[in-house]
Formats: sequence, C-alpha cells, structure tokens
Amino acid sequence: MNAEPRILHTPAEVTLADAFSAARGDLPGDAGVAAARVVAFDAFQKKGLPHRRTEAWRYTDLRALLRSVPPAPPAEPASIAIADLLPGLDRARLVILDGIYRPDLSDLSGLAGVEVTGLDTLLDQGDERVGALAGRLDDAMVTLNTAMMAGGVAVRVPAGLDVTRAVEIAHVTSGAYSVFARNVVTVGAGASLRVVETFTGPNAAASVANIVTEAVIGDRAKVTWAKLQAEGDAAVHLGTTAVSIGGESQFDHLTLMTGAAISRSQSFVTYGGEFARAGLFGATMIGGKQHADIMLGVDHAVPNGASRELFKAVMDGKAEGIFQGRIVVRPGAQKVDGKMMTQGLLLSEDASFSVKPELEIFADDVQCAHGATSGEIDEDMLFYLLSRGLPRAEAETLLVTAFLAEAIEGLGDEAIGEAFEQIARDWLAGRKTLA
Amino acid sequence: MPAVQETVDQVRRIDVDQYKYGFVTDIESDRAPKGLSEDIVRYISAKKNEPEWMLEWRLEAYRRWLTMTEPTWARVHYPKIDFDDLYYYSAPKSTKGPKSLDEVDPELLATYEKLGIPLREREILAGVEGASDRRVAVDAVFDSVSVVTTFKEELKKAGVIFCAISEAIREYPDLVRKYLGTVVPTTDNFYATLNSAVFSDGSFVYVPEGVRCPMELSTYFRINERNTGQFERTLIIAEKGAYVSYLEGCTAPMRDENQLHAAVVELVALDDAEIKYSTVQNWYPGDKDGKGGIYNFVTKRGDCRGDRSKISWTQVETGSAITWKYPSCILRGDESQGEFYSIAVSNGYQQVDSGTKMIHLGKNTRSRIISKGIAAGRSDNTYRGLVSAHRKASGARNFTNCDSLLIGDQCGAHTVPYIESKNASAVFEHEATTSKIADDQLFYCLQRGLTSEEAVALIVNGFVKDVIQQLPMEFAVEAQKLISISLEGSVG
Repeated sequence: MNAEPRILHTPAEVTLADAFSAARGDLPGDAGVAAARVVAFDAFQKKGLPHRRTEAWRYTDLRALLRSVPPAPPAEPASIAIADLLPGLDRARLVILDGIYRPDLSDLSGLAGVEVTGLDTLLDQGDERVGALAGRLDDAMVTLNTAMMAGGVAVRVPAGLDVTRAVEIAHVTSGAYSVFARNVVTVGAGASLRVVETFTGPNAAASVANIVTEAVIGDRAKVTWAKLQAEGDAAVHLGTTAVSIGGESQFDHLTLMTGAAISRSQSFVTYGGEFARAGLFGATMIGGKQHADIMLGVDHAVPNGASRELFKAVMDGKAEGIFQGRIVVRPGAQKVDGKMMTQGLLLSEDASFSVKPELEIFADDVQCAHGATSGEIDEDMLFYLLSRGLPRAEAETLLVTAFLAEAIEGLGDEAIGEAFEQIARDWLAGRKTLA
Repeated sequence: MPAVQETVDQVRRIDVDQYKYGFVTDIESDRAPKGLSEDIVRYISAKKNEPEWMLEWRLEAYRRWLTMTEPTWARVHYPKIDFDDLYYYSAPKSTKGPKSLDEVDPELLATYEKLGIPLREREILAGVEGASDRRVAVDAVFDSVSVVTTFKEELKKAGVIFCAISEAIREYPDLVRKYLGTVVPTTDNFYATLNSAVFSDGSFVYVPEGVRCPMELSTYFRINERNTGQFERTLIIAEKGAYVSYLEGCTAPMRDENQLHAAVVELVALDDAEIKYSTVQNWYPGDKDGKGGIYNFVTKRGDCRGDRSKISWTQVETGSAITWKYPSCILRGDESQGEFYSIAVSNGYQQVDSGTKMIHLGKNTRSRIISKGIAAGRSDNTYRGLVSAHRKASGARNFTNCDSLLIGDQCGAHTVPYIESKNASAVFEHEATTSKIADDQLFYCLQRGLTSEEAVALIVNGFVKDVIQQLPMEFAVEAQKLISISLEGSVG
C-alpha cells in the first residue's frame, strides 16, 4: 500500500479522464501535438475543475455545477438542423458541426484570397499557429481544450486584404455531446475582417461545448468580431477567445450571451504593438435559472494602447449574471488609456448580479478608470414613458433595449449591430412583463 | 532665503530617515518565554488574572488556530512568519495594571510625551491651538499592557465605561461575555483566531442607552520590545441611541526585523446608535531598502445590529511594511448605515492591501466607500473591497469611489472590488480611477513659487480632502502632516 493521499475527483472529472484515455489515440495531430495533449491533461488533472476557491472562477464553480459530462459526438449526427439566427445579415459561413469543420455545409463565397483549413490539417503538420496564444493562458478550460481538441477551423487573411463580406463561424451542436473545438484566425498586416461567431444547439440537450479561439491580428489590421451565444436551454457553454493585437491595429469585439443553462465566456486581449485600440463590448440577456459569466482580461503589455470596455447585463427570473474584468498595465506601459464600465439591470426579485472589475497598474503615466452599477429599471424613466401613454410592457422593452443597445452599437458595425439588436428585441418580446 | 534653506533641510532629513517615532524606550520588561503553546496561552491568561471562562475561550481559539493555514489571497509578499520565534507577551516591569497616573513609570510617561500623547489629564492632545476646551480620554497601551487610562472618573459619571479590556474582563464580565467574539468570531480567519488565543490588551468601551459620550476616546498603541508581536483587542458597544467617537493611533521603534501586529476590533451599534472609529496608523514602515517594519494584519468589523444605527470607519494608513486590513460593516438593522473613508499612502517598499466590506442584510441600508490610494517609490497599493446585498436587503444603496494616484514609475496601484447584488431594488454604484499627478497642475504650483515637494503635498492633500474631512479635528491636522512626511523623497 502506498501512503500517498488520494486526490478525490468529481464524477465529471472521472468521466473526462476516461474520455481522454479513450480518445487520445484517435485525436488528430503529429507526435508533438500528442505529447502536448498528455502534458495538458496531466496539468488539468492536477488542478481539476475550477471551483469557488479558484479566484478567476469564484462565481462559476464548475466542480459543483458540472455534475456530469456527456459522451463524445458520433461520427455523423442523426439530423442536421442549422438555424439562421441572423436573417438579413449577408455573410459567408464556416460550419463547425459537433466540433468538426464541415466544408460540405459551409459557404465560402466572397472569401477569395482567404485561406480556410480544417484544424486537423494544422495539427497533423504541427502548425505553430495552434497554441500560440492559448498556450500562454493558465486556465483549466483552455488546458482541457488543448488536451481534447478534435477539430475546428483555421482562417488566414493575407496582409493587405480587405475582406468585406462578413464571415460566420457557426458552431452547431447536434445533441447532448461533449464538444472540444479550437479555431485559429490570423489576420495579416493592414488587412481587415468581420467575424460573427455563433453557438447554437437544440433545447433540452445537456451538451458541453468547450471552444477556444485564437486570433492573431497584425499591425494596422482592422477586425470586427461579434460573438452570439445562443445555445440550447440545457447546454453548458465554455468559450474562450484569446487575441493578440498588433501595432496601430483596431479590434472591436462584442459578446452577446442569451442561451445555455450555464455559460462562461472568456476573452483575453494582449497588446502586441503600440498605438493599438480595442473596444470590448458585451450584452447579456438571461432569465429562468440561467447562469452567465463573462470574464475579460486586457493586458496592456506595451505603451500607448487604448481600450474601451462596456458590458451590460439584463437578468430576469432567477438568473445569475456575472462579469469579471481585469485591466493590467505592465511596468513601462506608459500613456495607456483604459476605461471599463459594467452595468447590471435586475428585472426580477430573485435575479442576481455579481461583478469584479479589477485594475492592476504598474505604470504611472496612465489614465485608467472603471465603473460598475447594479439596479432595477429607473422608476422615473418608466413613469415618464407611462405618462406618455405607452403600455407598461412596451415602456419596459424600450428602456431595456436602449440599455443593451449602447453596448451593441459600440461594435461600430451597422449590419451586425442591427442583426444583434433584433435578437435583443426578440428576447424581450418573449419574456413576461414585470409585475 | 529661508524657504530654500527649509527645503534643503527637509531633503537632508529624508536622506537619513523620515520616521520620527523610531526611538526605543529603555525600560525593563517582563516577557513570556518565546514561542506559542497552550502554556503560553495559560501564562497570558494568568498574567491578566482572567476568569476560567476566558482561558477556555482562548484555548479553544488556540486549538482552532493550529488547524488553520495563513491566507495567501492578498497581494502582499513576505517571507513566512515563524510563529514560534515571537514573544507573545511583554509588559513594562514597573506597571501592575493601570491604576493612577502617579504610579506609572516616568520613563513611560516621557515616551508618550515624546510621541505627543500627553497622559496628564490637565493637558490636551497636541497640535491645535484654540482647542483647549476639547478633551480626549486616552488609553495608552505599551507592548502587551495598558499603562494608563485617563479621564476614567469623569466618563464614569456619564455612565461610559472606558478601560483596558483586561480590566473589563475582570470588572464587567457579563458585558464582555455577551459581546466578545460576536462580531469577529474566534473562527473568523487565521490572524483573528491567533489574536483570540493570545490577545494581551486593548480598549473596552461601553456607552449606555441614550448617552452621547462627552469626549473623544482614544487608544495609543506602542510596540517597544524587540521580537514581540502585539495582539490587541478592542470592543466598543454603543447601546440604543448612544454616540461615541473613538480614535486610534500607533507607532513603533525602528528595527531591522519585522514585527507582527495582529489586532481585532469589534464594534456593536444597537438601535439608533452611532460609532465613529478613526485610525491613524503609523507603524514603522521599514527603511529605504525595505528592511524591517511592522506586519499589520488586522481584522476590524462593525455590526450595525440595531435599526437606524451607523458605523463609520475613517483610516489614514501611512505606516507598516505590510498592511492587510479591511474594516467592514455588517448592515443588519433596517435603515442602518456604514461608511468607510480611507487614505492609504505607501512609499519605499511598503505593501498595502486594504479596503472594506459592506454587507447589506437589512432593508433600506446605505453605505458609502471613499478610498484614496497613493503609491510612491517601489510600493504596491491595493484596494480590495466587497459590497453585497442579501436577498432581503431591498432598497439598499451603495456608492463607492476609489481613486489611486501613482507617483513614480516603479510603484503599482490596484483595485479589486467585488460587487454582489441579490436584490433588484438594491442600487450599487462603483467608480474607480487611476492616474498620476497632472503635469499642468504641478506646473501651475511650481510657477507660483512652490517647490516640487510642496506642490506634490498640496495636490495630494487636495486629492485626499474628502477623507481628511471625516477625521476629528486634532487628527485631521496630524494626518495632513503625516501624508506630506510619508511622501517626502518620492518626487525626483
């Protein structure tokens, strides 16, 4: 008998360990990738699922929330239904079905000059684009993704190319499966790209999607990126976006969270060159017993960067909204200008909102600020609209839409913004009036 | 020109060291053996002539402490403390408990005189002219014992009890038993549990129903002995409708070793009562290379137990090598109020991790947090705070403002607020900024003929004005001077 203490694993952790041993022989990648998978899984197993005492995950205790882990998806799903959540938005479409890139279901028109490859090809070639950014993150879900990633898509925009048609990366889950996907997007110097990332799946299917996207944005490039998380109502969504932005580049990102039972969306933005600007926006609309957590990390590693963050959340029913934001200004990163705002609107007695906006600053010549508010609909505003003859439901919808629109419009892309605002209006139309 | 000469003198003083309370009083003292064990806990309890229940209370805390580990979540770094390498009890030999002023060792009186804390009742607290009608009662704590408490008789006439806690345990056991450990339980956290086991002295204040305490109460803490830790315990109870304002000050000699100060402060405010608690913390911060200094690991918490009660914390933190301190308010009573005003100045290699917790439990509770952090030199200054509204805390309101000012490019300023609302009608607002002193402000002052140090002092004092205004007058003047001194040498 050895006397070493036994580490207790939750049933979910045990299932994950079994899933890894069963799958590792079949997962794509060369010898280097295979070795990295083992290292990553060991690292994950040592720490286990993040829990209450894991500071970055304190409001999303996966050890308690993730009771079981569904099986891996079958090679070919029984039926494929891909909903169009953004009618009216002209875009090319790359479909990732159950974590695997499907050229047969995709539409690449308008993407001349853009290189689109399945992730398996990159892994088999040991391409260094995979893990270039995610490898630097110390996060259990990213580490787990590194061990288990089965597919995804790689997009490369050559320098100087202006891609005008929006590109949708559509993640579709066909049932109650565990999905691990990794996408890699590379935008060359001076190029431009508009991305819409969507996440959907059927209701009542307890799927777990762990999806990591790495985006390297070159100098002077301009990228607009909107994420729409509209998973099925029993799903668990664990999404991470790691971005590095080059000198004088501009990066605008919007996260709209409305689906899934439990969701966590993480964005980590690192400044790789001076005079880059990033706008990071979020709109969360949840009800029932939904739990939506947004984690944001902005790393001003170089001087002269600017960032704007605006995150809005509307919680109805017994929903739990969470925002954790962190702006880091590294030693020597002078003249940084960072402003972060987060606002929560509670529509019901039992809803809750937790925020932790952090500033970590090691340079003196900076301007950084953050703000946070939490409350209910302003009675005065409501009264004003009622006195103008608007029915209560309509007045509330108007106020809530206006509240969310500020964040959605921050993206600065009219077509995408309009499509996302429609989703907000539909969500509001679907909920009952306040008592 | 005299002004120039003054500046030169000032700068010269910085070269040596600007901490002016760093002297040692040479006094014979009585110490417990080094280290911590059940026997030491018994020793301390016996020294204080404590009743059996108190000893049991301490021992239970000690046993609990043995099972606990040090917290590591704060943004502070220091070598591991060897808790067996400390003296947990040290008292000047000549004093057998605070009796009358005439029995106190003149050496001790001289020490307090030197610190600007007159203990003779005819005198008043230093500093302000024209304040002769204002009197402050002082409890002077030297290492592990309270040496004297002034104005006791006069306070007694008003019904106010103000004495050393060791005395209260003997004289007013029922009151102490009823409230001790009810705000900060013995199991609260590593340092609070340690304090519960070995606390030596501190102040006890009881203000009966409807009484407005006739004068400011104050405790002055002094660490003198080498290698000792100071573990004081303060308990303040304001009965229904009572009011009390309490001040706390502290200093220590300059030593190249780190000394531990782990205090616990508990405040209880019943219906309509108000407690105002002010601290000017000026423990020795270590020398310019970061050697020595006090580790200030303090648990302070107020319980607004009654409806419409109010607890207000004001702190000026300029000393200590490491500060780890979160004066908090539990807003239990309906319509109760909590306030937190803080100025934390760090220079040299100081590390400050301080903030507050406002826990809204009752209806229509209100809280306000104003925190100003100033980091200079190679210091790190963190604000860490929690504002939470319980499900039943309808109508709760909070306003938080934390600003940080950075002086120099080697220091760090951090803000880590936690905001948790479980009630729709709770309205929370939080704002924070970080910046440096604007060049145009500095230029304006310079061209008016101020030196750059004076200009910085002026601007910083403007920056912290919101908080200084909350301090009792005598302390406000002192605090303003303290801030200028702490920042000396930070402008280069």
